[in-house]
Amino acid sequence: MSEHEHMEVSAAHSPRNNLKDGSGGMVFLFFLIGLAASLIVGWVIFPKLLYSQKRQPVDFNHVLHNGLVSDGCTSCHFFRDDGTFSGAPTLAQCVDCHSDVQGESDEEKRFVEEYVKKEIEVPWLSYARQPNCVFFSHAAHVKIAQMDCVTCHGATGESEHLRPYEYNRITGYSRDIWGHNIAGIKHNTWDRMKMDDCAECHQQKQSMLGSVQTQKEGCFVCHK
Amino acid sequence: MKIDRRCFLSLAIGAGAGIALSPLPWKLTDDLAIWTQNWQWTPVPKRGAAKTVNSVCTLCPGGCGISVRKIDDRAVKIEGMETHPVNRGGICTLGLCGLQLLYGPTRVKGPLKRVADRGKGQWMPITWDQAIREVTEKLSAIRKSGRPQSVATMSGASSATLDALLDRFGQAYGTPNTIRFPSVDDAYHLSVSLMSGGKARVAFDFEHAGYVLSFGAGLLDGWGSPVRMFKANALWKQSGVKLVQVEPRLSRTAAKADTWISIVPGSETALALAMAHVIISESLYQAEFVESCSEGMEGFKEFVAAKYTPDIAAKMTGVDAATITMLAREFAKSKRPIAVCGRGQGTIPGSMDMFMATQVLNALVGNLNQPGGVWFVTDQTMQEWPEVEPDAAAKAGLAYPRLDGAKGMVPLKRSLPNQFVQAVASGKDYPIEALLVIESNPLYTLNDTALVKQAFSKIPFIVSFSSFMDDTAAYADMILPNPVYLERMEDVIGASGFPYPTIGLSQPVVKPQCNTRHVGDVLIQLAKGLGDTMARAFAWKDFSACLEASLGDRFKTLKKSVFQVDKSYQPPAPNEIFASERFSFIPRGIQADVAFKPIAAEGDTGGYPLMLMAYDTMRLSNGYIGNPPFLTKILEDTVLKNQDCLIEINPKSAKAAGLDEGDRAEIQTPKGKALVRIHLDDGIMPGIVAIPRGLGHEAYDVYLAGKGINVNSLVGSLSDPISGFEAAWGIRAKLSKA
Repeated sequence: MSEHEHMEVSAAHSPRNNLKDGSGGMVFLFFLIGLAASLIVGWVIFPKLLYSQKRQPVDFNHVLHNGLVSDGCTSCHFFRDDGTFSGAPTLAQCVDCHSDVQGESDEEKRFVEEYVKKEIEVPWLSYARQPNCVFFSHAAHVKIAQMDCVTCHGATGESEHLRPYEYNRITGYSRDIWGHNIAGIKHNTWDRMKMDDCAECHQQKQSMLGSVQTQKEGCFVCHK
Repeated sequence: MKIDRRCFLSLAIGAGAGIALSPLPWKLTDDLAIWTQNWQWTPVPKRGAAKTVNSVCTLCPGGCGISVRKIDDRAVKIEGMETHPVNRGGICTLGLCGLQLLYGPTRVKGPLKRVADRGKGQWMPITWDQAIREVTEKLSAIRKSGRPQSVATMSGASSATLDALLDRFGQAYGTPNTIRFPSVDDAYHLSVSLMSGGKARVAFDFEHAGYVLSFGAGLLDGWGSPVRMFKANALWKQSGVKLVQVEPRLSRTAAKADTWISIVPGSETALALAMAHVIISESLYQAEFVESCSEGMEGFKEFVAAKYTPDIAAKMTGVDAATITMLAREFAKSKRPIAVCGRGQGTIPGSMDMFMATQVLNALVGNLNQPGGVWFVTDQTMQEWPEVEPDAAAKAGLAYPRLDGAKGMVPLKRSLPNQFVQAVASGKDYPIEALLVIESNPLYTLNDTALVKQAFSKIPFIVSFSSFMDDTAAYADMILPNPVYLERMEDVIGASGFPYPTIGLSQPVVKPQCNTRHVGDVLIQLAKGLGDTMARAFAWKDFSACLEASLGDRFKTLKKSVFQVDKSYQPPAPNEIFASERFSFIPRGIQADVAFKPIAAEGDTGGYPLMLMAYDTMRLSNGYIGNPPFLTKILEDTVLKNQDCLIEINPKSAKAAGLDEGDRAEIQTPKGKALVRIHLDDGIMPGIVAIPRGLGHEAYDVYLAGKGINVNSLVGSLSDPISGFEAAWGIRAKLSKA
């Protein structure tokens, strides 16, 4: 659209301004340009700038492994004897089966050569790690409250590939904490893991508001 | 239509509105808040499996058990071991800070060789092969040239096996100069030998005592096992056991005692002897013990009656005669009274007069080897190793006298580092050509550091086995770093002051964090490199095999249990331990005058109107182990302010010298001078000034180097005439405004 046409259109819509000095339409147009540009910056460019991506060191196939183990998620993501949660498996667990290459996959071959043979721990990137200021006990949620892994972690067990790990450039935390929707809108329980999301569930379950150890509620339940 | 200023304003408003309607500001605010709550450079221990490893702490001779919490391979917390009989779950401040010794910046990361002038801090990293080869070549050359006696070792190692290994090294190599750092335990040990003819570790059944009289022992300032002593003190408070502290300064122990007797320093023996006089003259002593188990009472009675009546002692001690008499009656009439001595933490042995006077008091009340008394403990012994067969070169070297002058006065292994240093500095007898320094920091811990430095400057080759860049390591020619106590396995026999025989095996809690080798392993490798009789005497594969050889069957069980204690141990009955030799009130072969003669402080009273004393505090590690940063952090600013050391002085004395709180002053002694700040304290006797031990390191790291002054450099060395042990407890001094 040429500048001239634009002016005409604007003039037609705002005859009174036009009567004065003819710049009212232009002002509105500039407002719209500013608005549109900043909305694009805020909604599209900012999230791209804010988050960076890393690939997981090994592309792990959850579906394949889930079919081979007997205990589901806890076969590898197990609770230790003292009740603490083991998180991502260590090489010692993998070596039980992968001391040598088992299948046809190139990725497995690479894993065996680069990590198992050299006895180097795989630096897995944890999607769901809470900030250091948060005390979170898997045992309280899984063992006592009998919650399902999926409630917080979604259908990770049904993935054939590991998605890229996205992390916030400012805080360094995984994008899964804020959620993938930049507006913070969620459809599933596992879409976000912010404090509000913890609080939401704890509010609903009145009997489980507080700390397992102290039976008290408040900040110190999670922020020790 | 035209584009004017309003258009751009509108653009800005539009942009502002758009940004406000986007998640950008809200998300950024949130992220920045999270960022500020979680500084990413704050170290956070890695996540992983938690594990606890039990071990024995060897940072001091207390012999406490520790439980180290680990996450994966990283140690994250040191706690007291619940089941250990010495500390029963407690831990002291130094023990808590042990992780900073393990992971701190002051460690020597691998073998180093000096490249510039000594003490300039310029090093070249070398391999272990090169390090061992060079030391072997040096030792081999000295031995081949027929001067094996000119090699010396100085060790503060807590491991009995390593101690024996060093002696063996001396035997096989051919040097009599294997020097150990003696402590208050050695002085007690010697007092038993001199007065009872026995050979035993002296310990105290404090938990069952009914009255505790301490002549300057810092029972609550880090003496023995500090944790055990804190717990014992709690027991005393609960059950009303009286603690009397005799000391010129209001130490923590004095502050927590029921009675504090402020006394002229160096006159404690006079007080003890005057008390003995009162006990004897009023027949308050335990007649049964004295008659059946002792001798020399008559002579001793005459001696104290002539020289140590309460009136005479009052003049010497500054404690009035009535108080002395009252104290003597109280002590003798109490159930299970204990007299104990040894200044501060007892890291320096001290003069024998005090120890013997203390034992006299314990004998008078018949509380030797009684429940709640002073026990003569026989610890478990190591298994014998095959005899060393010294070759001709070794025999020739061993024929030389020890440079420290210690020789078979009693059936004791005695070492006198103070006299060794004097001999080296003065060039007496023969020179030292190589010195191996193990688990000790003589350039810092010995009195008269200038003399020590002078002696060390005459030694052409100094090898330090220190784990840390301490003052002596920094002055060495080579550093062959030992793993720190949490990375190595060592045996610890006996626990200082603890009345039951114990044996501990410290465990490697984590893998070695640096390129270190155990000094025992290095000794074995050196011996193998030297060949022939040396190699035969050190036939073990490594130090672990050597430990197994000395512990025998106990090695395997100790690896699991960490410690063994004989809680059923009963001290021998008085007539058993003294069956062959009775307790002698005046040590045999020594005149009473000589035996109980106090050591006068160095310096004349005219030129130096004040008396400087060093004191020990729980918040300062003052031996081989440098103070960890956490511990320095809890030092009061009346002890250390910024880089300045504060000197404790009574307001009266300060006023006389024209000094006030916080003033900068220069302290001068016959041995040196230093800049300090004044701290006024009513808790110290007028005429006396006090500086803590443990400050003023020249080496280590920014957390320790250059903070305060080293009191040892201001105090000269005085040898006890009987034992030869370091007996200086202070020195004359003067203060002037700076």
